Amino acid sequence: MLYREAGDFKTSYAEDSQTFPIVIDRVGYYVVLAIAFGVIPFLINDYWANAVFVPLLIYAIATLGLNILTGYCGQVSLGTGGFMAVGAYACYKLMTAFPELNIFFCVLLAGGVTAGVGVLFGLPSLRIKGFYLAVATLAAQFFLVWMFNKVPWFYNYSASGQINAPERTLAGIVITGPHTEAWAKYLFCLVFVVLLAWLARNLTRGNFGRQWMAIRDMDIAAEIIGVNPLKAKLSAFAVSSFFIGIAGALFFAVYLGAAEVGEAFGIQKSFLILFMVIIGGLGSIFGSFAGAAFLVLMPVILKNVLVGMLGWQTDIAAHLEFVIVGALIVTFLILEPHGLAQLWRIIKEKLRLWPFPH
Amino acid sequence: MTQDGYTTPDGRKIGSVVMEMKNITLRFGGVVAIKDISFDIREGEIRAIIGPNGAGKSSMLNVINGFYHPQEGEIWFHGARRAPMKPYEVAYQGIARTFQNIALFKGMSTLDNIMTGRLTHMKAGIVAQAIWKGAAEREETANREAVEKIIDFLEIQHIRKTPVGRLPYGLQKRVELARALAAEPKLLLLDEPMAGMNVEEKEDMSRFILDVNDEFGTTIALIEHDMGVVMDISDRVVVMDYGKKIGDGTPDEVRNNQEVIDAYLGVAHD
Ligand SMILES: Nc1ncnc2c1ncn2[C@@H]1O[C@H](COP(=O)(O)OP(=O)(O)OP(=O)(O)O)[C@@H](O)[C@H]1O
Ligand SMILES: [Mg+2]
Repeated sequence: MLYREAGDFKTSYAEDSQTFPIVIDRVGYYVVLAIAFGVIPFLINDYWANAVFVPLLIYAIATLGLNILTGYCGQVSLGTGGFMAVGAYACYKLMTAFPELNIFFCVLLAGGVTAGVGVLFGLPSLRIKGFYLAVATLAAQFFLVWMFNKVPWFYNYSASGQINAPERTLAGIVITGPHTEAWAKYLFCLVFVVLLAWLARNLTRGNFGRQWMAIRDMDIAAEIIGVNPLKAKLSAFAVSSFFIGIAGALFFAVYLGAAEVGEAFGIQKSFLILFMVIIGGLGSIFGSFAGAAFLVLMPVILKNVLVGMLGWQTDIAAHLEFVIVGALIVTFLILEPHGLAQLWRIIKEKLRLWPFPH
Repeated sequence: MTQDGYTTPDGRKIGSVVMEMKNITLRFGGVVAIKDISFDIREGEIRAIIGPNGAGKSSMLNVINGFYHPQEGEIWFHGARRAPMKPYEVAYQGIARTFQNIALFKGMSTLDNIMTGRLTHMKAGIVAQAIWKGAAEREETANREAVEKIIDFLEIQHIRKTPVGRLPYGLQKRVELARALAAEPKLLLLDEPMAGMNVEEKEDMSRFILDVNDEFGTTIALIEHDMGVVMDISDRVVVMDYGKKIGDGTPDEVRNNQEVIDAYLGVAHD
């Protein structure tokens, strides 16, 4: 009986609908938070920040965003890369146009701009569904990348066509630019992750979340019980794009430092994040983290094993990495189509009964 | 029957007309699903719509719902002519329904399904929701209390947290009724609430329908194929056949109407 809910009685409805109704889950959550804020910043170095933690945190935000749209509201999108680009360029324009503006607000506002753009590209979802909507969002992806390439205003007419993040500080600590320390990047992203995961959790457990899921599960019945499809779908697009825009802004300003749109925010990004959502589990906040972690860690682990332990050549290992990650995704989806979140639920159910399965 | 209502044989007071359908005609291309039908529904009444398969009964509920828009005719609700409306706007007017083929939200628990039924009573905006503490949480708790009353009423406490997809058919039908009741509708539309149920389940469902009508004073319009049930629980019956109305009156009047006997009862089981 390692894991149990027996004896853990709820005495109010508020307690019953809290985020972690089971004590062990709640304790686990606080332990993770304590390590994330109290331990990792002191141990982190450039390698761990750039190879693992910062991309993990940023992809977790993007995955949460796409999961709200696709997992909770049932609207498939292949435009994630394009929306991340909107966040990145909005952040860049804000940083260069208003050098005094705090970087925290630049990132937040970049999310706001992306939310607006997301709503615009979400309009077709009122008429088209499923596969056709996916194609429409794909068009958005290509259009946005093309636009950021072709309109020099977006990259401030720089000769290279790239955007470069100028140095910005928060409370005297450098957050962007080449002089940023690993722990500062990590903590800055971590704050956004915690904040956004909390918002996502609140939205999905309440009235908005239920309306999104109702649209996902049966849109006609949803409308007949009072869900306004326009409001439900566009709010999902707005919230989702807000998250993805923030992820894009952080990806550019904090992680990359310099970006070229096609390379950083191309269609591969859209697919990568969709994979993260699917592997983690559609309609699960925990799954968003699990999926992002899986696809960020897998290549790192593989590289360490193949190159570090087996002594393979780096380029061969790099190619094989794709094959192995791809094979893992396929195998995984066949074995557990509901993703890591479902796997975790099953393990917990087993633990609840262990060691007396009857 | 007077202008402002009547008293049923079992002594319930039926009020004035809540909903009036006037000369409704609904066509799908060449198919005429509803042909020039008029009838009314009175406050507090249990009104049945019966008729053979394809008669146009479900289409009639869809018209009331705002899901189909009739080519001709008028819909009067609470004494005013209703402009063409979207289904979700109709929901806000206090009209809820269940479906012939269960239309629950499969990925959600029983509790969440029923909570969704409360959405016309929830006002917190997206920012309040995102912050949760305060307005949104208070609203959630208040609505949860209302939902728990319905859960108790329909005796489904034990399946509160179960994903609805895992429930047996009869219970799914009951959860769907719970979701509709959660809206605290003025008018409740039930499309074959007992279809596919065994005798015991039908008895339970009949009892629930009567209790809803009795305890909450909800006006109910229901479609049902089981004649025994219809005759037992309804106050007045509309009979449809091939999109036309062929009878309208108390169960006894309808039972003795020759056209109804020919068209419908004659070919039915009893
Ligand atoms: N969306 C639609 N498009 C085309 N035809 C339709 C549509 N909805 C209903 N119909 C037609 O309208 C007629 C009435 O259908 P309806 O579903 O209202 O019948 P019903 O009385 O509910 O039958 P049942 O007892 O089988 O449920 C049928 O001929 C049906 O084929
Ligand atoms: Mg029908």
